[in-house]
Amino acid sequence: MPVENKIDFDTLIKSDQVHGSLYHNEEIYKEELEKIWFKTWVYVGHESEIPKTNDFIMKSIGPQPVIMTRDRKNKIQLLQNRCPHRGNQVCVKQKGNAKLFTCPYHSWTFSNSGDLVGYAFPEGYEGNPNADKKKLGLAKVARVASYRGFIFGSMAEEGPSLEEHLGGAMEMLDRVCLTSPEGEIEVTAGFLKHKTRSNWKFLVENETDGYHPAFVHSSIFSVAESGIGGLYDNKSTALTRDYGNGHTEVDLRPEFRKFDEPMRWFGTTPKKLPDYVKNMNAAYGDTRAREIMIDGTPHAMIYPNLFIAEIQLFVIQPVAVDETVQHVTALQFKGAPVLNRRMRQQTMGSVGPAGFLLADDSEMYERTQRGVKSKQPEWLFLGRGEQREYRDEDGYRVSHATDETPSRGIWRHYRSLMEE
Amino acid sequence: MTTNKIIPADILLHHEVSQFIFHEAKLQDEHEYDAWEALWADDGVYWIPANGTDIDPEKEMSIIYDNRSRIALRIRQFHTGKRYAQEPKSGVRRVTSNIEVTTLENGEIEARANSIIFEANLRGEFTWACRYIYNLRRKGDGFEMKKKTVLLANNDKALYTLAFLV
Repeated sequence: MPVENKIDFDTLIKSDQVHGSLYHNEEIYKEELEKIWFKTWVYVGHESEIPKTNDFIMKSIGPQPVIMTRDRKNKIQLLQNRCPHRGNQVCVKQKGNAKLFTCPYHSWTFSNSGDLVGYAFPEGYEGNPNADKKKLGLAKVARVASYRGFIFGSMAEEGPSLEEHLGGAMEMLDRVCLTSPEGEIEVTAGFLKHKTRSNWKFLVENETDGYHPAFVHSSIFSVAESGIGGLYDNKSTALTRDYGNGHTEVDLRPEFRKFDEPMRWFGTTPKKLPDYVKNMNAAYGDTRAREIMIDGTPHAMIYPNLFIAEIQLFVIQPVAVDETVQHVTALQFKGAPVLNRRMRQQTMGSVGPAGFLLADDSEMYERTQRGVKSKQPEWLFLGRGEQREYRDEDGYRVSHATDETPSRGIWRHYRSLMEE
Repeated sequence: MTTNKIIPADILLHHEVSQFIFHEAKLQDEHEYDAWEALWADDGVYWIPANGTDIDPEKEMSIIYDNRSRIALRIRQFHTGKRYAQEPKSGVRRVTSNIEVTTLENGEIEARANSIIFEANLRGEFTWACRYIYNLRRKGDGFEMKKKTVLLANNDKALYTLAFLV
């Protein structure tokens, strides 16, 4: 059912200002579900989370649960968790291995590709032309596509392809995989689920806001021996970039290239990871391996919900206009066990409900959510660096690490989606 | 009623351990960070698992899995005054009960207890429920914490920020 276009987004979003109601208006949130979450490509999960035939794991698209399965033909399926009979949830387990899902209510049984294989007491349906099993399977997410193991779903039958949606941002996913000597990442360390009473867009914008770390995270930067603080300093050579389609990044490579020290991005040295360095050299050749180990992994926000934060992978899930869950895990690089262990240790320290970084980010999200409900000044000002923004050789908007180029790009894309 | 009744050793131990647990609870409730940190053994481990009670923290994400130096870092972050998730500090009061005490074969003491914690912060008022498992060693007249495990009853769910000492 198409949503009636009552809200004029043109009047709420300007190039450097957005209206506060965008973060707390219930009607706007409902419209976002239809026009963004239940329509465009949304990151759902990673192939390594269901490695074996018949594996399944519970995931989500926005507030709605989705069962991600690897069916008996090894095809990835995204099934909606709703029995076509009475609407009961057919699966309440978080993950497992199952060929069949049986709804506990009236024992309708579905294959892991969603087909209805049987209903209980079938005599009651015999001869009923509307009880065609082919029409009573679990609903599927209309389109499923994956890139380098990252699985995305779109509930719209038609629309841009995943490649078109990712555009230039696709290269950031390539960069994540390069850090593995085998060219693959894995999502195997389990997720922390951190709830915050804030609108999802505050989180998306914050992920590539390079202006806040110097202040929100000064507490941990000042007591931990961490090189992160300097990356977001006023004097930093790091950049923000807007890839279009809402995808943004903080490109830290200029800083790391300035120091020209392999593994500095991870706060360590090649000496401490001899096996990893050896495997990287063998995989990519010494010169290329050295470049990769200097550049590190990206700080990339793939719109609307996949955030790669160098060592972590976040999935942003709106559950209400003012409530969002951040699912976060350590990135794991295939063929790099020692690095992976340190990835997990650092991730546990930084993120999740008690994390040195994310607890404070979440505190800001919640205060901001309460703040924007004050009547005035009505607008948020996102103009930082607009005057010094420029286009890079690929034509993407780029500016200083602390500039609001990403936010402006995110809102430009948001407006185009909401006005459709 | 005899006046010189000998208290059996296990009752005395239960009392001593209970007093230690109540003391630790008070230090946490009152944000006495340094005094709380001083309760830790040099090889102390502070563990709050996620997604169940039987995960391997060496392989899977935990909410907290701090070794002794990371416990110290956590305390240093509080002392900056800019740990915003605890500035202002949460109002915290907990009731710890159902204490069971066992002496392990290596001489260490394991105590298990339940706790209900009330937290008030800028977001609102919240209740946490957990199982504590303490691994304690004798130190002087008291104990030191070798390990404290906190099994939150809802650790498989999405949780709000948990920045006070639990």
